Amino acid sequence: MKSDIILSGVGGQGILSIAAVIGQAAVSAGLHMKQSEVHGMSQRGGDVQSHLRISDKEVFSDLVPHGGADMILSVEPMESLRYLPWLSKQGWIITNSQPFINIPNYPDQKAVIAEIEKQPKHIIINADELAKAAGNSRGMNMVMAGAASLFIDIPQEKMEGAIQFLFGRKGEEIVKSNIAAFRAGREFAQKKRG
Amino acid sequence: MAKNVMMLMGDEAIAQGAIDAGVSGFYAYPGTPSTEIMEYAQHSKDAAALNIHRQWSANEKTAMESALGMSYCGKRAMVSMKHVGLNVAADPFVNSGVTGANGGIIVVAADDPAMHSSQNEQDSRILAQFALLPIFEPANQQEAYDMAFAGYELSEKYKTPVMLRITTRLAHSRAGVELKPRLKQNALKLPENKRQFVLLPGIARKQYKTLIANQAKFVEESEKSPFNRYIDGADKSRGIIACGIAYNYLMENYPNGCPHPVLKLCQYPAPKKLIEKLVKETKEVLVLEDGQPMLEESLRGLLDRDVKVKGRITGELPRDGELNPLFVRRALGMADICGAPAPAIVAARPPAFCVGCGHIDAYNAIKQVVTTGYEDGHVFADIGCYTLAALPPFEVVNSCVDMGASITMAKGAADAGLFPACAVIGDSTFCHSGMTGLLDCVIENSNVVIFILDNSATAMTGGQDSHALGRLQAICKGLGVDEKHIRIVNPLKKNHDEMVQVIKEEIEYKGVSVIIPTRECIQTLGKKNKKGGE
Repeated sequence: MKSDIILSGVGGQGILSIAAVIGQAAVSAGLHMKQSEVHGMSQRGGDVQSHLRISDKEVFSDLVPHGGADMILSVEPMESLRYLPWLSKQGWIITNSQPFINIPNYPDQKAVIAEIEKQPKHIIINADELAKAAGNSRGMNMVMAGAASLFIDIPQEKMEGAIQFLFGRKGEEIVKSNIAAFRAGREFAQKKRG
Repeated sequence: MAKNVMMLMGDEAIAQGAIDAGVSGFYAYPGTPSTEIMEYAQHSKDAAALNIHRQWSANEKTAMESALGMSYCGKRAMVSMKHVGLNVAADPFVNSGVTGANGGIIVVAADDPAMHSSQNEQDSRILAQFALLPIFEPANQQEAYDMAFAGYELSEKYKTPVMLRITTRLAHSRAGVELKPRLKQNALKLPENKRQFVLLPGIARKQYKTLIANQAKFVEESEKSPFNRYIDGADKSRGIIACGIAYNYLMENYPNGCPHPVLKLCQYPAPKKLIEKLVKETKEVLVLEDGQPMLEESLRGLLDRDVKVKGRITGELPRDGELNPLFVRRALGMADICGAPAPAIVAARPPAFCVGCGHIDAYNAIKQVVTTGYEDGHVFADIGCYTLAALPPFEVVNSCVDMGASITMAKGAADAGLFPACAVIGDSTFCHSGMTGLLDCVIENSNVVIFILDNSATAMTGGQDSHALGRLQAICKGLGVDEKHIRIVNPLKKNHDEMVQVIKEEIEYKGVSVIIPTRECIQTLGKKNKKGGE
């Protein structure tokens, strides 16, 4: 198997917690993994991305090659479009529908969604709302991880095990509510994919 | 027994490698992409248990010198910095080649091709070559870890500092790293030659001859290094030299193996015999380097004869910027694979001040004063978050060159007759390289207004502790600034008018003024509050 993912968002939105969950699950499933991230100036409200590469063979490049991503997983809709040059023809865009507007020239929100809908394979989720409905108002990232998990060939229990592993020291309540958000995202993606 | 594998970023792998290879002291000043080396060491329980020194230095020069002192005592040291930090440390770095080492020294230089978070994209390998020192350049996280062991071994074998050079991508990318059994730290053991570190001309000349004589041995080490590998290929129409991380981008484009002979090059000085073999056996050589075309240039030579060399200079690869799989693919002559272009509606999202940042309030006041009534008012800024005021909505910053340059450029401008000449510098940057410039101003009583934005942190790199904490006023006073013209303000919206008044008064004062807007970085404050709440 191989899963090349571009995670995208805005500095401060916490895309790295998604990378941590999927990456940890990959490692516990005995897969090769490389994950590169952005540190420094862009973390101050700029566009940020993380390249997450999972494979049953050796992974060479730390960067996903152009046209090679199986998925763009974005916590912000406009940011999902920035990385289209990396998306393969069969790749999925999975994005949160909720914009993060910290620039004066943020485009028309409907136009952004229309551009995403032009892509043959996409899932647009109001992850903020789903997280809230799952009783975890800060669980947007876990909703997105759950939606993505449907398209990554790693068993669900390994993914949830990763959440347990990563959040265990913060207490059982946090683990539970993160898993609830994760499942909400996964179920939503399941329905959308059909 | 299961292998002991950790998921580590390149920076973390280097730090863990040093810990496991018996380092006694880490020295550094924060700078992207090198910061996480020291941070990892600071958070490491192993490093704490082993009582390894791991505190920030005032700047890269003091870090390098402290590492040299640790080495003097026979112990292993690691000093880490970003590429431009190596310029600050260049004096002790180059001279450390002449003194040599006693305990092993690894100088980690983290370069930033594409200037993700930097002012230039200089290639630190060139500085190491200039200092006649061996270089290790890992292709992946495992090699980054292993090279700490190999680095100290080589360093102590030849009593020479070595450089470990990485680029941003490896620094901030995570992969599995298999750990080795830990080596013990060295015992304190002073240099056998009592004059080794005394660079008086007569002694330095002798030591320099030793360093030169070692060059052939360093090449010999590179020839047999496990990090330099000649991988044969049937198609001799082209040979490829892939330096460091460029090897990954090459292999990414040949998932079933490269058909051409490849020299994976990760230890320098360049292994001459291996390169000769590649040149002899192939029609042309493509050089892949993530940085400046150092090797390409040296292969080509001044007269550009005999060897057909391709790379960044000849345009197969872009002359500047970071390598990636696509650029290497093009250099190999393969067709592009690319997804759809990003739609035109995607807007640029530059970094910006955090909501609630004290710099915003400070700049609102500065901007109001210098743009009303003082049309020639110029603001020389420095390296840190506050450089962002060069961008909209402020656009009030006129310069950002290097650490400390705000104060000295303002001084030069004042010397030239510019009025008012203002400098904006952060508390940590001031302690790094601003104090000496302030002393220059005091000596001449230059007509400058210096803003030291005190957010009690080295904020841009993630909120490391600042040496300035609680000392700024005393430092300024100690350097000779008149106490009446050291003004502390609290940069809050409600204090705007007061700040404006203070700034006006100090601009009108003909001499050195220091205004210190003091309010903690909201990122570090947030982290503390979170910790307290848990």
